Amino acid sequence: MTTGRIAIVGASAAGLTAAEALRREGWDGRISLIGDEPHEPYDRPPLSKQVLAGKWEPERTGLRAADALTGLDLDLRLGTTATGLDVPNRRVLLGEEALDCDGVIIATGVAARALPGAAHGAHVLRGLDDALALRARLANPGRRLVIVGAGVLGVEVAAVARELGHEVVVVAPEAAPMERAVGIEAGDLLAEAHRAHGVRLRLGELVDGLLDDGGRARGVRLADGSELTGDAVLIAIGCTPAVQWLRDGPLDLADGIGCDSYCAAAPGIYAAGDVARWHHPVLRRPVRIEHRMNATEQGMAAARNLLAELDPERFGTRREFAPVPYFWSDQYGFKVQAYGDLADADQVQLRVLDKTDPGAPKAAALYRRGDSAFGALSIGVPPKQARALRGAVATPQPWEQALGVLDELAS
Amino acid sequence: MKITIDEDRCCGAGQCVLEAPDVFDQRAEDGVVVLLDAAPPAELHEASRSAEQLCPTAAIEISE
Repeated sequence: MTTGRIAIVGASAAGLTAAEALRREGWDGRISLIGDEPHEPYDRPPLSKQVLAGKWEPERTGLRAADALTGLDLDLRLGTTATGLDVPNRRVLLGEEALDCDGVIIATGVAARALPGAAHGAHVLRGLDDALALRARLANPGRRLVIVGAGVLGVEVAAVARELGHEVVVVAPEAAPMERAVGIEAGDLLAEAHRAHGVRLRLGELVDGLLDDGGRARGVRLADGSELTGDAVLIAIGCTPAVQWLRDGPLDLADGIGCDSYCAAAPGIYAAGDVARWHHPVLRRPVRIEHRMNATEQGMAAARNLLAELDPERFGTRREFAPVPYFWSDQYGFKVQAYGDLADADQVQLRVLDKTDPGAPKAAALYRRGDSAFGALSIGVPPKQARALRGAVATPQPWEQALGVLDELAS
Repeated sequence: MKITIDEDRCCGAGQCVLEAPDVFDQRAEDGVVVLLDAAPPAELHEASRSAEQLCPTAAIEISE
């Protein structure tokens, strides 16, 4: 049976890219793009950077110009929350309404984690409205911001808040900023950089709860009973996949939506972006990647593979999704870039390239698993130069050979 | 095909250069995209479109 409709649930980077890819490949049926936020598809990385810093107004985060969106001829449903999915019948439920589909692409992303207990006026930063609320709180300099969490988001906000002239304290259980993303060696370097810019780091500390002052968070209580007070609190302790609406179905929801190496969760049902966990054929393990580049790459891959499943004669055969993971982060004047898989490294080789200014570190690192280099990181290295690191891990190179790339960068 | 770029959005990921090296390059000092060919020939349209879609900051815009 063909209904002539593909539904994409989630209208952010992955969902929008999937829609574009469907059209580019020649899908001329209906495309229902469903987003729970009222805004047209917008970009998230600028939220903790340009938007928070006041350099961009919200409109600039729009992912596509109005006429480009119109050109996709979408059945665009904003401010609409998907409430369920009938997997065997490929039927998306939107409250009372049901959409019968040929195929479904799930790109519902993730939601910011809250501290246990109520939010009590603390900020999170996931959507545009969150960013604008925090920006309003930081409009006048000289405030004191308490950031819970030292991941990529927490430290990016720390950097912006310092540049805006606020006092900043970051509290986290890890031993170094971005430790889970880049490991302790590079994390220590980042810690030094943030301290040089005047951020107070309270590392290795557990937060017990929020100090609530009549509906507005005025600080946090640490596990040892001490308190960190401020004018605003940002909770940046990671995200959880937005899969509650799929809870009663047959899909594997152990950590996001479990997919095969083609991004398929079930026949005719694909997933892409932050919410998708798939078997990566080169890394040879299941991964779920909450980074911007993956959203577009996987949105495109899921769209192509869905079409190939629906009509292989017309759209060709499915291809395994095997990207080289990539993320970047901007902090103060320097850029952090990572290629490949940095997790669970057996060894990290960090090369400091310039240590004259601790506030502007320059370094590169390789991450070994088994006998090969699976991940690479650069801090403060011009991006074009840093791309050499990608070559070392795109197809994981033998460790000794990959180390030569570090030598070249250092020379 | 007409390509425009927004340097201010670019994060220097270099994805466009990997997709279409005859159309895009990066500045050496900061990695910001350099448009080598604003009106590429037909054989580069497919790769240019991919670059537009894959750009993680939507810094590339293509009109016909």
